[in-house]
Amino acid sequence: MYQTTRYMPVGDKALLVEFGNIISLDINRKVHALNLAILQLGLKGVVECVPTYRSLLVYYDPVEVGYEQLVLRLRELENRLKGFRVPIQKRMIEVPTIYGGEYGSDLGHIAKHHNLDPEEVIQLHSDREYIVYMIGFVAGFPYLGEVADEIATPRRKTPRLQVPAGSVGIAEKQTGIYPIESPGGWQIIGQTHLRFFNTQRNPPTLVQPGDIVKFKPIEVEEFENMKVKEDESM
Amino acid sequence: MNLCEVIKPGLFTTVQDLGRYGYQSYGVPVSGAMDNYAFIVANLLVGNKPNDACLEATLLGPELEFLNEAQLAITGAVLTPTINKIKAKCWMTFQVRKGDVLSFGNFKSGLRAYLAVRGGIEAPVVLGSRSTYARGGFGGFQGRPLRAGDVIKAYKPETFLRSGLSMPHHLIPIYGIKSTIEVVLGPQSDYFTETGLGTFFSSMYSVTSESDRMGYRLDGPMVEQKRSFDMVSDAVPVGAVQVPANGKPIVVMQDGQTTGGYPKVGIVITPDVSRLGQVRPNHKIKFSEISASEARVKLLKHIQGISQIKDKLEESKL
Repeated sequence: MYQTTRYMPVGDKALLVEFGNIISLDINRKVHALNLAILQLGLKGVVECVPTYRSLLVYYDPVEVGYEQLVLRLRELENRLKGFRVPIQKRMIEVPTIYGGEYGSDLGHIAKHHNLDPEEVIQLHSDREYIVYMIGFVAGFPYLGEVADEIATPRRKTPRLQVPAGSVGIAEKQTGIYPIESPGGWQIIGQTHLRFFNTQRNPPTLVQPGDIVKFKPIEVEEFENMKVKEDESM
Repeated sequence: MNLCEVIKPGLFTTVQDLGRYGYQSYGVPVSGAMDNYAFIVANLLVGNKPNDACLEATLLGPELEFLNEAQLAITGAVLTPTINKIKAKCWMTFQVRKGDVLSFGNFKSGLRAYLAVRGGIEAPVVLGSRSTYARGGFGGFQGRPLRAGDVIKAYKPETFLRSGLSMPHHLIPIYGIKSTIEVVLGPQSDYFTETGLGTFFSSMYSVTSESDRMGYRLDGPMVEQKRSFDMVSDAVPVGAVQVPANGKPIVVMQDGQTTGGYPKVGIVITPDVSRLGQVRPNHKIKFSEISASEARVKLLKHIQGISQIKDKLEESKL
């Protein structure tokens, strides 16, 4: 975490509040605390905020508020939040996942990369509880962390042009779920029937930053049954 | 009311408004018109609100048969529109009757044209906007570009404009084959060497064919980074100039990803994002640096300029 939080302009109508440059729970909590405070207070001129691992991007309406003015208000808010811990939501989402085979074609690669059995990779991945650090990339993609060092694996050298919706992937120490079919470079180890993005829901994403996600290994039959039900309900 | 039937869809024709705000924290891109300026003027020319939905045509415009009388305006790229094979005028209001066919011919300059209809294109509001986000499959017309056979609806206007409006000539943008695009440095410009920044601001970059509503991939001299970083992902605004390890800049556009892990050398100023929306593949761009404070002053002037257009159009009636 930086000693002093960095405030900087991003283009002509956004302002970045950067707390650090690494993935850390403490930094991420600060980001979400400031985001929540802005949302609660409804700061004049703020259009929307994008919280990430380590920073908050604040989009503002330059007609409503000036850059310097907004920096002052945010600094003041940041100071008021010092020593204040965001109440942690204890929302836990279980994600039934079919690992390996056609659903997770990089499981073998990860196992080989670390000299493990595929079964051990599955166990290491599904044993942990992961925190949702942020949502981004494509609509509803949750960035979860962190996976055990034993299974942390670099992205694929050549990204896939099409990764099916529901795919569970690993990139370095991050894990995540593709909410919609999209191109992607993460190592795919499995698939869930759960749909992480739905425009009919409010909010449109299944999980929110701060939520806990736990993967539960399931068998093919169970997965296919649940998938049919989920698709019918969409 | 039924507005028109799509005879030919064109290359990539979508329903857009000014974009989807408030959902980037859920990974939902802003979407919306790639050229806000031409889009807003199209709406104003038919007496609509600036944010009413229009059609955005790309390079090869669609062929549309009108199913009802309507007041229209076409702005943006010069894609040679015709009504029943007779040349139609751009940047001014015109009327079509049932059975009239609008089609587009040669693409002369620019990339994207806007078709506004009095009343606005009818489309459900999804997450606060009527804009199409094709990759996500939602918004606009069934979440996708138009196809032959689609019937496009419009909201029935209470009245038609009694006299048409036209844009004063000197306010109509000219879309060239070379553009200078202004960029505010940061937030990761310190990831690049002095040489890298020098290269970025002194070289010509050409827009490659792998460019679309998500982003423009550029080709040209490599922008050198200090070392190969594994940057922790952060938020990516529209106009961000990302530089992946291969040193070739990518400018993020309206349907671009909301977060990403490539260092951003700078951000294109808002008025120039609209201009970039008209730059075609193989055309050249050159970046020039502008300070954040100058860019803010420029944006306020730009916003003021747009708000004055309505009055100028009213004057054109006289």
